[in-house]
Amino acid sequence: MTATPTRQRPASRPAARRPGTRRQRLVPGILLAVALGYVLILLIGPLGGIIYYAFKSGISAIGQTFTQPDVQHALYLTFIIMLITVVVNTVFGIIVALVLARDKFPGKRLVSALVDLPLAVSPVIVGLMAVLLFGRGGWFEPFFAARGIQVIFAVPSMVLVTIFISIPFVIREVVPVLQELGLEEEQAAWTLGASKAQTFFRVTLPNIRWGLLYGIALSAARAIGEVGAVLIVSGAIQGQTETATLFILRAFDQFQDQQGYIVALTLAAFSILLLIGIETFKRKRTREAR
Amino acid sequence: MAGAITVQGLTKSFGTFRAVDDVSFEARAGEITALLGPSGSGKSTVLRMIAGLELPDSGSIWVGDEEHTDKTPQERRLGFVFQHYALFRHMNVRQNVEFGLKVRKTPKPDARSRVDELLELVGLAPFGDRFPDQLSGGQRQRVALARALAPRPEVLLLDEPFGALDAHVRQELRRWLDGLHRELGVTSLLVTHDQEEALELASAVVVMRRGRVEQAAAPVDIYNRPATPFVAGFVGASNLLRGSIRTGQLLFGSTAVADAGELADGSDAQAYIRPHDVLLTAAPADRSFRVKVERRTNLGWQSKLQLRLGDGQAIFAELPNDELNGIDEGDDVNASLRNAKVFSVDAGEPPVGPAEGDTSHDALHTSDEDEVLAGRAGLN
Repeated sequence: MTATPTRQRPASRPAARRPGTRRQRLVPGILLAVALGYVLILLIGPLGGIIYYAFKSGISAIGQTFTQPDVQHALYLTFIIMLITVVVNTVFGIIVALVLARDKFPGKRLVSALVDLPLAVSPVIVGLMAVLLFGRGGWFEPFFAARGIQVIFAVPSMVLVTIFISIPFVIREVVPVLQELGLEEEQAAWTLGASKAQTFFRVTLPNIRWGLLYGIALSAARAIGEVGAVLIVSGAIQGQTETATLFILRAFDQFQDQQGYIVALTLAAFSILLLIGIETFKRKRTREAR
Repeated sequence: MAGAITVQGLTKSFGTFRAVDDVSFEARAGEITALLGPSGSGKSTVLRMIAGLELPDSGSIWVGDEEHTDKTPQERRLGFVFQHYALFRHMNVRQNVEFGLKVRKTPKPDARSRVDELLELVGLAPFGDRFPDQLSGGQRQRVALARALAPRPEVLLLDEPFGALDAHVRQELRRWLDGLHRELGVTSLLVTHDQEEALELASAVVVMRRGRVEQAAAPVDIYNRPATPFVAGFVGASNLLRGSIRTGQLLFGSTAVADAGELADGSDAQAYIRPHDVLLTAAPADRSFRVKVERRTNLGWQSKLQLRLGDGQAIFAELPNDELNGIDEGDDVNASLRNAKVFSVDAGEPPVGPAEGDTSHDALHTSDEDEVLAGRAGLN
C-alpha cells in the first residue's frame, strides 16, 4: 500500500521466449496453478457454498429471515458496534501511526510490537480479559457499578473488545505510508504559511488517504466478523446483546441453517463489497490523476 | 520589500554533535548569497534555522529589522526550496503554486492571476494540470520555486536546489535562476556544495566547514584571496605544496619561489597554487625552480602537465599550448608561480579527511574540474 501510484514498468521480457527454456516456463506455470488453486479452494469455494445454501429455498426464505425482529436487531447491533469501532480506531489509529512514524521515544519498539498484540492473542482470551476487568469482582467493576453502568453482558463491553481486536489495522496500513512520505511536504506547507491543522488536513491526510481507507475497511470487516470475544462478554442474549455473528451461531444450534446462511452471506457480501469498493475507487482516482 | 538576512552567533547541536558553531554573517538585501561547504559542514542546518524548521540553541536571526529567532516557520513568511522539491504530490501544478495563497486566504481572483503570472514566469504555463510525477526533475524544481515565490516572500531560501538534477539540467537551471533573480531581486540564500554554482550565482559567498564560517567574502576574493588553507583548497582546483619560510619568502629546498607575506621565519609552510598559475620557461626566470615534465596530456587548446620537483613533490599545470613553446615529456624546465597562496602549516590542515568525506583533494590533485564536480555531486 503506497499513497502514490507508481508508474507501470514495462514488463520484463519472459525468458521463455528464447529456445531451450521449457523448464523455465514450467516453473512459473506450476506456481500460478498452485496460487490460483489455493485461492479458489480456500476462498471462493466456501463463499460459493454459502451463496448456494442461502438461495436454496428461494427468495421467500430470504424475505422471511430479514423480517424477523431478532435478525434485524442483530444486524443493527453489528452495524452500531462496527461504526463506533471504526470511528475510534481511525482517530486513535492516525494519532498512534503519526507518533510511531515520526517521534523518537524510549520504548517505541515495544509500543510498535504491542500494536500487533490483538493479532496474536485469541479473541476468546480478549473476551476473558474483559470479563476479568469488568465482570463481578473485576478491578473496574465497582467504578461502573456505582454509576449504574452495565458493562459486561451489555453493549459497552462488546464495543470495547471489538475495538481492541481491530486496533492494528489502521495503524499498520498508515505507518509505512507516513514513513515513505517523509517530513518535507509538511515542512514545505509550514513555510508557505499553513498551520499545523491546515497542513494535516491539506497535505498529510490526502497523502495517507488510501492506506487509511484500506485500514478502515479491514477494521470494519474485522469488526462485523468478530465472534469469540463478543460471545464471551455479551452473554449472547437474544434480541439484546446478540450480534449478527452470534445470531448465526444460534441459528445453527437450533437447526435454522437456512437463516444462518442468509445472514452469513449478508455479512460476507458487505465485507467483500467494502474491499472491492475501495480498490475500484482507488484505481479510478489514480487513473484520473494520470 | 527585500530585507537583508542577518544571523549572529548561531549555534546548534544534535546530541553531542555540534552541527553549527557560532555562525555569523549577513546576506545583503536583494542579492544572492551562497552558503558553500562540503556535506556535513552545517550549511543546511543554518538555512533550516533561518526558515524556522530547526530551532537554534543560541544566537539570533534577523530579516531586515525584524527578529525571527523564535518565530514559527508560518510567521516568518519566507520562501523555501527543497533539494528534493517536496511538491505536494496529490495536487497538480496550479494547486501546488496556489497553496501558499490559499492558506493565507488570498481572494480567489487575485490568487488565480498570481498563479498564472508565476507559471508564466517559470515557463510552465501549459503544465498547470499536470501532477508532479508527470514532470521532469528540472520542471519540478521550477514548480517548487514558483510555489515558494507565490506569497511574495521577503527572502528566498534554497537548499541545494539543483543537487538532485543531472549536470546538464543543473547548468541550465542555474542560468535560468540567475535571470529570474535579476528580474525579481528577492534576497536569496543558496546552500550548495558546488563551488562553481556558488561562484557563478552569488554576489557573496560564505564558506563553511565543520559548523563554522571559514570565510565570507565576494566570489573573487574567495577565489583569489582565500583566508584559510581550507578555502584555498576547496574553492577551485589547487596544487598543495610544502615548503619553508625564510625572510618573507617561500622556499622549495633553498630556492625562493614566492612571497610569504607576514609568515614567521623558519616555519613550515603550505602553498596552494592553481594549475593555470604555473609558468614554464626554458631559461631560468625570477624565483623559478627546476622541474621535470613527467607527463603531458594535450587537450587541443591546452595541455595538462605533471611536473616533478627536485625534492620529489609533484605539481600539475594547465597551460595553453601557445605558451608551451614545444616543452614536452621528459624535458627539464624552469617553473615559476603566480598567485601562490601561502599559509603556515599550523594554520590548519588541508581540506582532506574523513570529516568532509571529500576525496577530490590531495597533494597531487589538480583538476579536471568536471571530475571534481561529479565527485562532489555524488556525495549527496
